[in-house]
Amino acid sequence: MSKMIETVAYLPLLLRASLVNLELLFALLVLGFVAGTSVALAQSYASVPARVAARAFEWIFRGIPALVLLFLFYFGPAQFGVRVSPFVAASVALGLRSAAYQSQIFRGALESVSHGQMIAARSLGMSRNRAIYKVILPQAFRLAIPGWSNELSAVVKDTTLAYAVGLNDIMRTARVIYDRHYELAMPALLMVALLFFVITEAGTALLAAAERRTRTPVVSIGEAMRTLR
Amino acid sequence: MSALLRVENLRKCYGDEQVLQSVSFSLDRGETKVVVGPSGTGKSTLLHCINQLTLPDAGTVWLADEEITRHGTSLDRIRARIGFVFQSFNLFAHLTALGNVRLGPMWVKRIGKPEATQLALRELARVGLESKADSYPFELSGGQQQRVSIARALAMNPELILFDEPTSALDPELIGDVLNVMLELSSNRMTMLVVSHEMGFARAVADEILFMAGGRIVEQGSPDLLLDAPQNPRTRSFLARLSVLEGAHQ
Repeated sequence: MSKMIETVAYLPLLLRASLVNLELLFALLVLGFVAGTSVALAQSYASVPARVAARAFEWIFRGIPALVLLFLFYFGPAQFGVRVSPFVAASVALGLRSAAYQSQIFRGALESVSHGQMIAARSLGMSRNRAIYKVILPQAFRLAIPGWSNELSAVVKDTTLAYAVGLNDIMRTARVIYDRHYELAMPALLMVALLFFVITEAGTALLAAAERRTRTPVVSIGEAMRTLR
Repeated sequence: MSALLRVENLRKCYGDEQVLQSVSFSLDRGETKVVVGPSGTGKSTLLHCINQLTLPDAGTVWLADEEITRHGTSLDRIRARIGFVFQSFNLFAHLTALGNVRLGPMWVKRIGKPEATQLALRELARVGLESKADSYPFELSGGQQQRVSIARALAMNPELILFDEPTSALDPELIGDVLNVMLELSSNRMTMLVVSHEMGFARAVADEILFMAGGRIVEQGSPDLLLDAPQNPRTRSFLARLSVLEGAHQ
């Protein structure tokens, strides 16, 4: 118990270090989102070469362990004389990996939007791209929220891997603490666990709020009746 | 006076099945024609081939003086001139009724938002739903959804409207509202091609009824002629079956 009290003294330090994790989380999520939705759109709507490239990207970045990707992106450029900071390496590696998973989520969402929506848009004289942008995407985004929520919880925890390439994140700080006072290892790690729990819950709650606010059932009654016939 | 819509020898197969076998007919401006026939005879396919949502295998379609089946025609531009009302409504689920109706004018005709909104409200009033402008499709009954979808088609100021079994997915008590809207459109000289089982409607508004079976037009004529004195035995047996099934409901 006294150990817990001692560790509390380090809380500000841990909190400040967790900001690094949050920065990394933000960077990798932005990259993941932009790349992920592009890959999903390419797989659903683009020409064959683009589709093949998208599929290959997804296959590679879902197949390689996160830690291995991190090392590849950190030590890899060094082979060519390019020095990459741990933060950049982690953002790119984890970002592209998240993109691969997000593209799956988003592609599922795109495909759940009923085909009648596209046909109706085209029947008005809308070009396919305009129809995708104005009719399909808004609905797909809403449908993707639950999947994104899962991805968020998974990826928040992955930010701790960046400690392996030297990022001064919360894990490194915890390590520094218990290297000096090994008896504080458990409390420090518990504190890290707690902080992550809070971050994950906050993120999930935010997405749940977004889902509630944009709740418009995206299956039309007519379509549902048709499938019942 | 040249016809607004002319369909010549339209053919379409899906795999081994010849769904449309050389269908030809025409529609003059202001006319309403109703296509009837057993399920699966290609009536839906016919409509989808006319506005090129499905590409026919052979044959030509003329809209006014333009051959729209000609290679290189901008299909988006053609579809903006032809309205389409679907059996399953296909309203944009993420938009309100107002949003649904003004989407076409805003993003296809490139009218500004204020003007498009006014236009949309006028069309919603025309189908009796201006009070539902801010409702989402899931908040509306089937009949209301279908009327919104008619308003959506009307907002594009089409030269011709295609109706693909507009009331088939509706509960009986909601059908009347939709048919009334269509009746009014027809009496205001909108050019309409309607696929329907509603014989009462057909008798009331159609300038001509086309009976389709097996992918071709078996018989066509004025409602009185076709419904009361059909020449072809297939027409006769279809109408007999229909009156048995729907006698009570009519």
